Amino acid sequence: MYAFTYHRPTTVRQAVNLLAKNSEAKLLAGGHSLIPVMKLRLGSPGALIDMNKIEGLSGIELKGRSLVIGAMTRHGEVATSQVVKEALPALADLAGMIGDPAVRHRGTIGGAIAHNDPSADYPAAVLGLGATIITSKRRIEADEFFKGMFETALEPDEIITKVSFPLAKKAAYQKFKQPASGFALVGVFVSKRGADIRVAVTGAGASGAFRVTAFEEALKKRFSPKSIEGMTVPATGLNGDIHGSAEYRAHLIAVLARRALAAA
Amino acid sequence: MPAVSMTVNGKAVTADVDIRTLLVQFLRENLRLTGTHVGCDTSQCGACVVHLDGIAVKSCTTLAVQAEGCTVLTIEGLAAPNGPLHPMQEAFREHHGLQCGFCTPGMVMTAVDMVRRKGNELDEKTIRHELDGNLCRCTGYHNIVKAIAAGARAMKGA
Repeated sequence: MYAFTYHRPTTVRQAVNLLAKNSEAKLLAGGHSLIPVMKLRLGSPGALIDMNKIEGLSGIELKGRSLVIGAMTRHGEVATSQVVKEALPALADLAGMIGDPAVRHRGTIGGAIAHNDPSADYPAAVLGLGATIITSKRRIEADEFFKGMFETALEPDEIITKVSFPLAKKAAYQKFKQPASGFALVGVFVSKRGADIRVAVTGAGASGAFRVTAFEEALKKRFSPKSIEGMTVPATGLNGDIHGSAEYRAHLIAVLARRALAAA
Repeated sequence: MPAVSMTVNGKAVTADVDIRTLLVQFLRENLRLTGTHVGCDTSQCGACVVHLDGIAVKSCTTLAVQAEGCTVLTIEGLAAPNGPLHPMQEAFREHHGLQCGFCTPGMVMTAVDMVRRKGNELDEKTIRHELDGNLCRCTGYHNIVKAIAAGARAMKGA
């Protein structure tokens, strides 16, 4: 790991100011992506801004028809929250599938979304539920947020403070786990909220999470695995690596989408 | 070098550390608490699991400065010095939940955390699922699972 300066702000405003002043700074949330990246010297931020001592960034709240989750809320808290389990059980399931128990004790929703690892689970839920990312500056719709692998719409001095998930009538997440890393080889999140039907895929896209609009169209008639029976996804634009070819991932998307629809 | 202060196994400690120091390095190299191991160094094997403010974390993926003001419990602090073993340690001994012993400190710390979250009656399926983040390359887990089930029960009222 290369050296860095370390900052421990106590308010979001202080953190924003530190970010604005240090162009090489990174926010340290749970650290379970950032610290490994730094240990491997794949990244060498000149400054770390530790978000862990900022009050009020963590918590889960049901606000009308939305579930609002603070950016520093750990995966384990989302996975075991009674509020999440009742309001949006698919989201609790997804959080419980991330990493392992010790990783879930540290990793945060805001960190995972800001990092936008192409194999991370949360981007599938954010896109698959049409969530709104609330930042220190504005509100960003999920469809506008993810901008390709490890890229987001966040500006250099912008910090995620909350994520607001609209409650879906039906939703489910299915994941085909890479057994060594626990990351999604492919993960598919499906949801139905009124006329809004979403099918979001993580792990497979060469540019990160994406929606399968052809499946969404077909599901408008009936939200059931039968509606997409026999449908496939083209392998173009999908990841291929030693763990699975692009064609294999394309196949998994259709299989997992049907399983998720059956479970929703 | 910044100073870091925390409570480790009930004792207040302060040291000047390089900002890059991982919690596991701090425990092993500064405090000479070498029971916490580094197996993979990539957050996967769980040999480095300690309790940070009562919660199991991988100390190879936590900076020492992140533990500022926190309470850390390592395998060395689980049982009182010169006293009997902690019930979970005793269960690992009794059921021979180890072979080479390298993963054992992390297994035991994970097991104690498992009891905190899941209670004293743990079935095999739960234990195996919860051990997702702890690798043992010797035992095939069989006796570890038995040890954790027995240790969890023994912790009741202990």
